[in-house]
Amino acid sequence: MTIVLNGEKVEINATSLNEVLSELGYSEAKVATAVNEEFVPETMRGGVILSDGDRLEILAPMQGG
Amino acid sequence: MGKQFYGTELKNPLMLGTAQYPSPSILADAFKMSGAGVATVSLRRESGSDRAGQEFWQLIKELNVPVLPNTAGCYTVKEAVTTAHMAREVFDTPWIKLEIIGHTDTLQPDVYGLVEGARILSEEGFQVFPYTTEDMVVAERLLEVGCEVLMPWGAPIGSGLGLNNEHGLRMLRAHFPDVPLVVDAGIGLPSQAAHAMELGYDAILLNTAVAKAGDPALMAKAFSDAICAGKAAFDADPMEPRDMAEPSTPVIGKAFL
Repeated sequence: MTIVLNGEKVEINATSLNEVLSELGYSEAKVATAVNEEFVPETMRGGVILSDGDRLEILAPMQGG
Repeated sequence: MGKQFYGTELKNPLMLGTAQYPSPSILADAFKMSGAGVATVSLRRESGSDRAGQEFWQLIKELNVPVLPNTAGCYTVKEAVTTAHMAREVFDTPWIKLEIIGHTDTLQPDVYGLVEGARILSEEGFQVFPYTTEDMVVAERLLEVGCEVLMPWGAPIGSGLGLNNEHGLRMLRAHFPDVPLVVDAGIGLPSQAAHAMELGYDAILLNTAVAKAGDPALMAKAFSDAICAGKAAFDADPMEPRDMAEPSTPVIGKAFL
């Protein structure tokens, strides 16, 4: 299915957020996630099933002032 | 002893941003040379496969200073609250520099959204550092909804103009003698930072003035020295200025020549 990852369309095979992160190579990364503009805590990722067209944000630590 | 920020005493009242440095090693040098007491950080999309965020996080951990995540770039309460949730998970801290922007040119805080966002986050257990104006009524509201620190701007973010409204900042200090106050944004020179500390402010948060200096590490050290000098000057209880001259050398005993 196609989801929108950080503003860009990507094709993925997995459906649960945990598996999607793993498929995208983020399983070990320090990131926070939001699906359709709602925060999904790390502990809840296994229970979130993505659908075609969902918007996934993966945020990481970055420089800030 | 300085005031505590939600129970934490800073080892240095310089809160230093981590953005816009020429390189990660220069960023690290700026922290080492200045001994800055807090590092401000942000959350952004992890782009492509370079995993820049992971490398940055490793660098920040090695600085060994408390981390203050921000909600920079948020224009709505919802955006800022969601960003705060994500930051709390990633950085593992209840601290959040709450920034809700109200105007794109001045980056002036939307103080109405700020009070609402601070209320929501305080109720959820966050320890909110609100980026606000020097408006005293807004400050009252922020304290009422749970903030224990206030961070009025000196001037617009990145402008380097210094303390645009010294009178307002003095009023805030006088009105809230026990609240930790931080001048956040607009500082361009160490003398401006020292001035804020001489007014009795408890810390200075800045980024651009250091990161955009020709020698960021040296400028960070200059800021740290100035901030510590300003704090010592306030603690030492400065003399009152007067309009007319007053001889410092005793007049009595002067020879008749």
